[in-house]
Amino acid sequence: MVARVRVPAAVSGGEVFVVRIAIQHVMETGFRLTDTGRPIPRNIIHTLAVRYGGREVFRAELGSGVAANPYLEFHVRAQASGPMVFDWVDDAGVRGSETVAITVSG
Amino acid sequence: MACDPALNRRRWLRAVAGVPIVAALPSGARAQMPTAGPAIGSGYAKLLPEITGGRPARAGRVHLEIPELADNGLSVPLRVWVDSPMSADDHVRSITLLAEFNPRPVLLKAHLGPHSGRAQVVTRVRLAVSQRVMAVAQTSDGRYWTAQADVLVTESACLDAS
Repeated sequence: MVARVRVPAAVSGGEVFVVRIAIQHVMETGFRLTDTGRPIPRNIIHTLAVRYGGREVFRAELGSGVAANPYLEFHVRAQASGPMVFDWVDDAGVRGSETVAITVSG
Repeated sequence: MACDPALNRRRWLRAVAGVPIVAALPSGARAQMPTAGPAIGSGYAKLLPEITGGRPARAGRVHLEIPELADNGLSVPLRVWVDSPMSADDHVRSITLLAEFNPRPVLLKAHLGPHSGRAQVVTRVRLAVSQRVMAVAQTSDGRYWTAQADVLVTESACLDAS
């Protein structure tokens, strides 16, 4: 699964910065039918977890009411330079992951 | 994600049924706009206790920014934030977004903490019909806070295909 993550190029220690993630995913609700009337099974990304600095800094439980290609924006307080790891999983059990580097100056 | 073409008539009827009436109303009257089925906001009498575990929830501290009029219910931008210092002893633990008339009313639950620095979440949601959207925040003292906003959806997210 393709995802785009945006974080500031550099942040200072203690600074609260914005994190944006958009994941390419159909987020099939499970309420739609095919042309022949068969239900299309639900397949949504139901969990997104974000780790940074050795701890979970954000977690979201998504429902079928989140739009296709889910977009989330949240904030994190800068600690030390290091990776920020995003992990998500959908109803089909398909896992996705993305890592970005957080650069803390000063 | 294309809608079933057979729904075009239904969607068109819904669109022309809603728009001119709303345009003629003063802005203060929009919230009371009659809808077929249960009254706007009535769904939360049952929904809210499920989120708070029966504990009381107070209006306040939470801010919900969402368009008053959504042309398309498939993707409605939404911003929610909570007044909180986000310190170790006073922070927001979670924010839950609810849409009472969606087939699954719980849209999203975000878990936050002092490491968040700021209690704000931005996302895009699906709204099946015109309705009242609610945000529920739980603070670290265990209390619940809410904000709500009415959204008029002219073209529904085709969720039910019925």
